[in-house]
Amino acid sequence: MALFDHTIKELEEKLHNNEITVEDLVAESYKRIEEVDDQIHAFLTLNEADAKAKAKALDNAKDHGASLFGMPAGIKDNIMTKGLRTTCASQFLDNFEDPLYDATVMQKLNNEKIVTVGKLNMDEFAMGSSNENSSYTGARNPWNTDHVPGGSSGGSAAAVAAGEVLFSLGSDTGGSIRQPAAFCGVVGMKPTYGRVSRFGLVAFASSLDQIGPITRTVEDNARVLEVIAGHDKMDATSANVDVPKYTQSLTNDVKGLKIAVPKEYLAEGVNPEVKEAVMNALKVYESLGATWEEVSLPHSKYAVATYYLLSSSEASANLARFDGVRYGVRSENADNMIDMFKMSRSEGFGKEVKRRIMLGTFALSSGYYDAYYKKAQKVRTLIKNDFDKIFEDYDVVIGPTTPTPAFKVGEKINDPLTMYANDILTIPVNLAGVPGISVPCGFSENGLPIGLQIIGKHFDESTVYRTAHAFEQATDYHTKRPQIGGAK
Amino acid sequence: MADISKEQVKHVAHLARLAVTDEEVEKLTEELGAIIQYAEQLNELDTENVEPTTHVLDLKNVMRKDESKEWITQEEALKNAPDKKDGQFRVPSILE
Repeated sequence: MALFDHTIKELEEKLHNNEITVEDLVAESYKRIEEVDDQIHAFLTLNEADAKAKAKALDNAKDHGASLFGMPAGIKDNIMTKGLRTTCASQFLDNFEDPLYDATVMQKLNNEKIVTVGKLNMDEFAMGSSNENSSYTGARNPWNTDHVPGGSSGGSAAAVAAGEVLFSLGSDTGGSIRQPAAFCGVVGMKPTYGRVSRFGLVAFASSLDQIGPITRTVEDNARVLEVIAGHDKMDATSANVDVPKYTQSLTNDVKGLKIAVPKEYLAEGVNPEVKEAVMNALKVYESLGATWEEVSLPHSKYAVATYYLLSSSEASANLARFDGVRYGVRSENADNMIDMFKMSRSEGFGKEVKRRIMLGTFALSSGYYDAYYKKAQKVRTLIKNDFDKIFEDYDVVIGPTTPTPAFKVGEKINDPLTMYANDILTIPVNLAGVPGISVPCGFSENGLPIGLQIIGKHFDESTVYRTAHAFEQATDYHTKRPQIGGAK
Repeated sequence: MADISKEQVKHVAHLARLAVTDEEVEKLTEELGAIIQYAEQLNELDTENVEPTTHVLDLKNVMRKDESKEWITQEEALKNAPDKKDGQFRVPSILE
């Protein structure tokens, strides 16, 4: 059994009993990275010297009382890490070696004494569903490296699945934590909008972005969210709502839980293997004393179009800051200021980023604002109302995380609309601002993981975790490991 | 309304401060046209009496005192700059 097959709680006990040291844990990370990362490309930057020094310092420290003491973590590369290169997988930030501050989530994790192993691969500026939009070599799926790990937090999911780190952070704007978690067979949580501070997260679409944990177990996930959640005066959109002890909600009791299953989430376009895995999961819930009923979220089919208009519009404004003046790579080929902006951005941004900036600028431009941006905001209200209505009668909504298991590298990259459609089951959750988790619920015939999505009410992550945990404890999908570089 | 012309694409690229080649204009016209066409489906919905959602939570503005605080030094702010001079960011000429 590899070290990272243990939960945080188990490793904490081993540290406490002097069976292992933090140096062992950190060495395990780099050993595994050495073994497999040239195949899965989960990491963009390693923090090896600092991480090893920190491990040593933690081992020598008198006080071992922190809730994530010595746990090796990987951080998505759009989260600011002081003094540690942060690129958003973009050539524009290729030289951004020395970020000036830590994101609030990093401050919180560091207060609990994690060890940052390195920065994780992603689609450039978090725009993409496959990691093929990384401007470096895209991450690959540890279960089968011909397949994508999902995106945009593909490196975050692949690193946890392959046992390179114990947990990671991702960010989720339209499914970017849950979809790669589903594709890589790990647990990924997108918390309620406003639950986690986004100070220091490089903004993509500010009305949708959330940071969340990716782990191998629900318990570990709850444990990390407990640390990173909460109000932050540096993020005006973070909510001043108490953070419950999520780990205490893992009671293994779902008797009487009322589950809604939207018929739109099992409609045509959802792969039969995925559908079967979800139906089996519902049987597990029945056997545990929960009940489920089919419901309708009638505006689901409009979610993808709504999302692309809103997120691209917001991105076009957020990415205006990348102008080549204060940081980033400036074009050498311009002799006046406007050309410098234009050429730095054109040389620094990849195709998908430019496409979305163009779409967003168009949707916000004079004469089109009402027809596109405002219209999409109104449809967003309808989508949110769909969820509000269902949550009057049900505790959670359950469906697949993705319509299919991980697709092949190259399969969808040349057709933006086909790629976008892949996010149809995760996007509505961001539009409604509710929390959603993906947990492993089966495997396709060719051995690729399938994810079960559990969606809850605003700020009711506790019920989402309790529901996910009960399923996990009743099944063994979360104990399966990809065979890359030998089972780990 | 569904179509977008090459001229519009060039105009939008200028607004977005992106330099585009003729080839890119060609490709973007096609791709953006397809995406906008797809987005037209939203017009199937009557939203006349629907309020737009700008924020999903019922948060109110919270005010704080406007007090200056230590953040980063001038030196730090310039640390990642592509070009600097005399403690300031340097850029190419703004006026012709």
